[in-house]
Parts: sequence; structure tokens; C-alpha cells
Amino acid sequence: MDYITADHVTFAYGPGEGEEPYEVLHDVSLGIRKGEFVALVGHNGSGKSTLAKHFNAMLLPSGGKVYVDGLDTMDEDLKLEIRRRVGLVLQNPDNQLVASIVEEDVAFGPENLGVDPPEIRRRVDDALRAVEMYDYRLNAPYKLSGGQKQRVAIAGIIAMQPDCIVLDEPTAMLDPRGRQEVLDTVHRLNREKGITIVLITHYMDEAAGADRVVVMDDGKILTEGSPREVFSQVRLLKDHQLDVPQATELVWRLRGEGFDLPECALDAAECVAALEPLFKS
Amino acid sequence: MFVLETKELTYIYGAGTPFEKTAVDHVSIGVERGEFLGVIGHTGSGKSTLIQMLNGLLKPASGTVLLNGGDIWAEPKKIRSVRFQVGMVFQYPEHQLFEETVLKDICFGPRNMGLADTEAEQRARRAARFVGLDDELLGKSPFEISGGEKRRAAIAGVIAMDPDVLVLDEPTAGLDPNGRDTLLQQISDYHKKRGSTVILVSHSMEDIARFADRVLVLNEGKAVMLDRTDRVFARGRELSKMGLRVPQITEILLMLREKGYPVHPVLTVEQAVEQLRPLLRKGGVRRGQ
Repeated sequence: MDYITADHVTFAYGPGEGEEPYEVLHDVSLGIRKGEFVALVGHNGSGKSTLAKHFNAMLLPSGGKVYVDGLDTMDEDLKLEIRRRVGLVLQNPDNQLVASIVEEDVAFGPENLGVDPPEIRRRVDDALRAVEMYDYRLNAPYKLSGGQKQRVAIAGIIAMQPDCIVLDEPTAMLDPRGRQEVLDTVHRLNREKGITIVLITHYMDEAAGADRVVVMDDGKILTEGSPREVFSQVRLLKDHQLDVPQATELVWRLRGEGFDLPECALDAAECVAALEPLFKS
Repeated sequence: MFVLETKELTYIYGAGTPFEKTAVDHVSIGVERGEFLGVIGHTGSGKSTLIQMLNGLLKPASGTVLLNGGDIWAEPKKIRSVRFQVGMVFQYPEHQLFEETVLKDICFGPRNMGLADTEAEQRARRAARFVGLDDELLGKSPFEISGGEKRRAAIAGVIAMDPDVLVLDEPTAGLDPNGRDTLLQQISDYHKKRGSTVILVSHSMEDIARFADRVLVLNEGKAVMLDRTDRVFARGRELSKMGLRVPQITEILLMLREKGYPVHPVLTVEQAVEQLRPLLRKGGVRRGQ
């Protein structure tokens, strides 16, 4: 059974005075399994963030249903239970940190859940170790780099012991090193703690590392599957002005010219391995 | 003659305190008139500090900045005019919009230069066209337009001053791939049509690869490379050590070269296809079969 289920979800903003409601999700159905790492990609305005915000009841469907661990997000009484299970990390780390010391910031979530102080202490330490920020526990958040801030924000979510973390473009404002730190952290949490991950991203090379890629376009799911299945559909993605990793594009174009190459290469190493046998001696 | 030149330029934050940090360390570079220069470097490498010295927003601890051959600090009272000649677009420039209408906002720069209203408006409309802002948007409040449009309006405000050098600090941060491509294409078109010098600071190696003629690499406050874009990216392994990453396509060709294949690093997929085509064998027979 799926951990999160979106069942024929539609969502409309508004309407403002004298306006028609503006529908941004049209009949979207998607299941996310426990422990899965799912990348959600698409243009701005494709509905990917809107869909993801349904996964912890930040938004409620205008039509259809969303279930988290079997709980209906429309049920107001279950909202806290749902948010305890699914944490949300946003794009801008500066908007998410509230305290003046790193460990206090991480403690904010469990405090609000009414966790006992000794247990809070244990959770905060564990969470900071999990994101490799334990040595910074007494620092001021504003002095940290973007990647470090984002990891503290993730620690704040982990301290609430969620089953699932939804990350909405967590690397969009980070430099390459910060991006890698955050990605490594998220992959490790998925692998070692079994936390279900929904990663919204513009970066196709980030998506290539997920178990499953879901491509949103114009409020609908354009295609989904393993990264290999999705990125093999270069034509479809290009027709919708979506990128593929450069490794994928190179192999695809050379294959199109008649070279004997596999349908898809996901990263530089795969691409090199595919090209090597074709070199004239 | 260089349009901009720095000589042993140095900037120190918190000089004389225990937190003293040399952010820019004896940087000597020349920016050629009309070139599109990319600036890359890890966070904390001194990029932002360096560019803020180029138009006199920060005063160097030592060293000089020459604009069209003249020291910009020769007469400190005239530093304001330097800011019209070296136009600076900061990160998230849309946060700085404040006027009643988009048009008035774009006019702010040229009017500050002392231009008459009609001339300022003419320039503003021309700048708006460069960045692809529709005429109908110009009468709206800056708060009624989308994030991408706000960014364009803010950039137009700097272009409207018709600077000799346009400096952009991460102009595409937070935009999606479509928005990023469009904006950079417009900046590139502006660069070509006006023949002005553009300095682009970016974390995106792909963007730099596509548009920059030359690249300046900063590391720990020092200028460690300044060369043609392809030559800089050919030194991908050195860049990795500085926390920078070359585009994936460049990485692929670097890996092939390291394995002994006669390829050289390129910057785009098209260039890679052109280069690999004659080197690869068609037909189903693979080596060792």
C-alpha cells in the first residue's frame, strides 16, 4: 500500500472578486511508497509545488482526496498527525530558521509537539549528527553558509521524527558545494533511516539520482517512472521544453545519428562507458 | 586599452579587529572593451567584494581600479559618475523596486544622471524592450507583475543608464530553466547590439559556458585563472578542488581524454557531437567482439 496517495486531485486558487477560479492541478493521481525517493520535476507553474504541498495538508484538494499513511488530509482533526508524519523544507533557508542558536532552532519542532525535555535533547543531538551539523550546534544560524542553513532546517524536521520529508527546491539558492551537501544529506537519510523523500527540483541531474521521477506539466503528470524510463523519452521532454542531463542528451543525439549506443545514459560515467567501445582504434 | 583594469586590488573586512579577513587579495586583471566576461568562484571567494569595488561601492584597502584608463578614486567626489558608467545588477534586484509604475522605476537611473524626463523615458522604453518587457506592463505597479518580470524591470533600470560596463551578480538565481535561458539570451543580445562590456557572476557553469568569451576564476580572494572559457574549463580537475564544477558535458570529455582518447573538453552538447562524430565507429561491431 502507498504511504501517500493522491487520488484524482484537482486544485484551484481563488477565485478573487469577479474572477473564475484558477485551476492549477487537473485530476492528478499518484502514489508514493514508504521509503521511496521520488523526484518531482517540471517548469515553474507546472503544479509540482502545489501538488507537494498537498502531501502535508498545507493545501487541501478542491476535488479528489489525499491520504497520508491512510489519514485523509481533509479531516481537520488529523492535520497535526499528518504534519508530524510529513515535514516540509522550503527553498530559502533564511525564511525557515527562527532561533538565534542552531540547537534551539532544531528543538523548536519537538517542543511544539510537547516532547519531554530529555527526549528533545536526544532528538536534537541525533538530528544534528544526521545532517553533520553537530559541531555547529551552538553557532548562530545567520553565520552559516546556505548549505549549512538548509541542513539545519532539515535537522529541525528530522527532530520531529517524520516518516517523510518533502523538499521544495532546497538547492535552488545554494552554490555547487552547498547543493552537494544537501543532496548527500537527503540521500543518506533515505538510505540509512528509511525516510521517504519527495524532492522537487529543476536540476535534472538531481532527479537522475532518485528511485522514481515524476514529470509535471501544465497541472498534470506528463510521465513518470525510473530515471532511466523517464530520461529515455528525450523527445517528449524536449517537446515540453524540459531539459535532460547532458550525458543523456549526448548519447541520445549520437544514437539518433546511427551510432550503436544504449537508449539512455544517466550520468557522465555511464555516458563514457557507452562511448568507449565505439572509438576507432 | 582595457575598459576596466585592476592593479593589486585588495579589500580587507574588519581591518584591525580580531576578525580581520582579506576578501580580495592583490587582484590584477584587465577587462577588454566589448567582451562578455564570466566570473566564477565558490561562496566566499571574493566575487561580490571584487565587483563592488569595480564601481566604487567599496573602496579598496590598497590597489587601484582604472576605468577607461583613469583611477576611479582619483577624485572621490566624482565617484557617483563611475556608478553610471559601471552599472551593477545585484542579486535579487527585484527587491529594490519601489516606484509607482514600472516605467518610473526604470527611469530612476537615467533621471539620476540628470537626463531630461523625455530622454530618460526614451531610454527606459528601449531598455524595457531589451529585456523583453511588454509596453503594457510599463504602466503597472511593480508589485502587480510576476517575479520574472520584476527581475527584468530591475535589470532594465540599470541598462537604461547605458553603462559602458554592465555587471550582473547571479541574475538568474531562483529562475526556472526557461526563465534562465530567456533572460541570459536577452542579456547576450543586448551585449551584441550595444557592443557594451558585460561581466556575469554566476554559479551556473552551464550559463558561463554558453555565453562568456573569457572566464575569471577567483579562489580565496585571489584571481587564479583568467582565460578563454574553453581553456579554463579544460582545467576541470583544478576547478573541482576549488569547489567548482564544470558542466557535465565538459566532464564527460575530460574523462574520455584521461582515458587516452584524442578529445578536448568542449562546453556544449552540440560541440561534443561534432567532435565525437568522426572519432566513433558506426555499425554493430564493438571492440573485443
